Amino acid sequence: MYVAVKGGEKAIENAHAWLAEERRGAPEVAELTVAQIREQMALAVDRVMAEGSLYDPDLAALAIKQARGDLIEAIFLIRAYRTTLPRFGHSTPVDTGAMAVDRRVSATFKDVPGGQVLGPTFDYTHRLLDFKLAADGEVPEAPKAPAAEGDVPHITEFLNKEGLIQTEPPGNDETPPDLTREPLELPADRTLRMQALVRADEGFTLGMAYSTQRGYGRNHAFVGELRIGTVAVEVDIPELGFAVEIGEVRLTECETVNQFLGSGSTPPQFTRGYGLIFGMCERKAISVALVERALRSKELGEERTGSPAQDEEFVLYHCDNIQATGFLEHIKLPHYVDFQSESELVRRLREEFVAAQEAETAANDPDQPMPVPETAGE
Amino acid sequence: MTDYNYAYLDEQTKRMIRRALLKGIAIPGYQVPFASREMPMPYGWGTGGIQVSASVLMPSDTLKVIDQGADDTTNAVSIRKFFEQTAQVKTTEATTKATVIQTRHRIPEQPLSEGQILVYQVPIPEPLRFLEPRETETRKMHSLEEYGLMHVKLYEDIAQHGHIATAYDYPVRVEGRYVMDPSPIPKFDNPKLSMAAIQLFGAGREQRIYALPPYTEVISLDFDDHPFEASKADHCCDLCGASTSYLDEVIIDDDGGRMFVCSDTDYCQTRRAQGHVGRLGVPQEKVLASGAKP
Repeated sequence: MYVAVKGGEKAIENAHAWLAEERRGAPEVAELTVAQIREQMALAVDRVMAEGSLYDPDLAALAIKQARGDLIEAIFLIRAYRTTLPRFGHSTPVDTGAMAVDRRVSATFKDVPGGQVLGPTFDYTHRLLDFKLAADGEVPEAPKAPAAEGDVPHITEFLNKEGLIQTEPPGNDETPPDLTREPLELPADRTLRMQALVRADEGFTLGMAYSTQRGYGRNHAFVGELRIGTVAVEVDIPELGFAVEIGEVRLTECETVNQFLGSGSTPPQFTRGYGLIFGMCERKAISVALVERALRSKELGEERTGSPAQDEEFVLYHCDNIQATGFLEHIKLPHYVDFQSESELVRRLREEFVAAQEAETAANDPDQPMPVPETAGE
Repeated sequence: MTDYNYAYLDEQTKRMIRRALLKGIAIPGYQVPFASREMPMPYGWGTGGIQVSASVLMPSDTLKVIDQGADDTTNAVSIRKFFEQTAQVKTTEATTKATVIQTRHRIPEQPLSEGQILVYQVPIPEPLRFLEPRETETRKMHSLEEYGLMHVKLYEDIAQHGHIATAYDYPVRVEGRYVMDPSPIPKFDNPKLSMAAIQLFGAGREQRIYALPPYTEVISLDFDDHPFEASKADHCCDLCGASTSYLDEVIIDDDGGRMFVCSDTDYCQTRRAQGHVGRLGVPQEKVLASGAKP
């Protein structure tokens, strides 16, 4: 007796229970706290905040814990939470020139006003596994220096004084569109492209940026400046008539100086790419700057070679890892209705193909008796 | 789930979606862009359909959710549970009792009536997508009613295979204007697209909504000499004996033995309750008597 398979509900419940047990891991090992993740997996937390478009280290750490360390899953948890939050307004543009920098490097000048600060970087570490870390509970301490006084000017502005780099068109007072509140429609302006890239998958953005370096829409990028630090976030309060600081965020900002342009009518000038990301996400910030710059090829009148990184529609429609992973993974959901209709069609086409071949063989070989057509499949 | 608004989405979002739905109803088959939200289930799991359902559900509604025609597939169970928790609606498996039916990949066998709403989950709303990958281009093609490419594709299928080689997701023309993707329903279901119920289509990831008002003319694309044919497996249901329902193929042993059963579980169950018995079926009384779950 065949009884149709039932019990989806029970299966789901059991799967969730099993997942919870697996998430906890061996019970004899101490449970990871959210604070530990926030403090000791800080770069994972930063990535989740950046691609989740929500600045909240505690929630990001919780999401990482809940997602068993799967960062895309954690980003998804944050996005799904974020979308339920009301939007009260927007901040005034943050002043990264007033950033309290932890790190600031320029690849274009040996020294710059405000100085270069390496900060807590992996750059010159030798990638040797530190087996001591597996054992001890030492609390390392770094030497301290007094913080530099005053603002830290942007290096690209020094170039701008000479007219060596292109001046950005002044911003207008219009409220920028919000990618999370309006459907993406093309062509997208620069603000919308930047929003999409900032929350784009790090790996995708990195790959796209790398492709420009290897010649697919090359734009000769120098890192004019890369800075990481804390900035104040201010919001205009209409009742007060002035802006009030509501908190601080840590940001990574990358400004690239890109290949120069010029024509008979305009003198040669460098161009810019820009990336600004929540937290310490250096790789992502540089990648965004390169891809952002590549997407400006039309606006800057560059020769377009059909490279993926220069193709706004290609980049913007495929950069989001939550969209991508959802659609990719949904093919594991049941498709037996579609598959059934397709397999019927293929069976029918095969039957006709076999029949036609046999008819042809029979026609070419008059001595042979007419073969009995085989029925394909069922 | 008291921390969330009724039916999960906030009222402003529902209002935005309802506006898109009204526009879709006013221009049958036209894809309306909407600001799809990130839902607590992944894109590809029916986020478009869920947002549409969330926007039309009222506490007085009775909801049915099917995936592949069945009420008990895991994702259908999950979506039904989501709305039981967030919208406190009654749920049912009976097609006739539901006021809102969310579906993936099927139209119920039982004809729907006025007052019912059928909500489709749509993966790729653009019928021209695999002919032209660029959205900027396909939107232009729709506005210019430029559908030659589609006809060429169908013609090439016939030239190459002798048939139009599309078995599901079969394109239709709505009221002589828009070419529309009916979502990946088998083409067997296409003739049912002209119906008494309201049909709403939600594509979450692609941020599109479209709709068919009741009794809209929906024609499956074909040629005079190769007319459209709604095909299904050439069998009867092995459980209820139905000869006109869409069938799933189930492999039952290691030798490739198989049986065919209705993909619409409610339809099959209703027929068996009425006493219909298929080749491998068992009369309902016996099933109940033996204590096995039907």
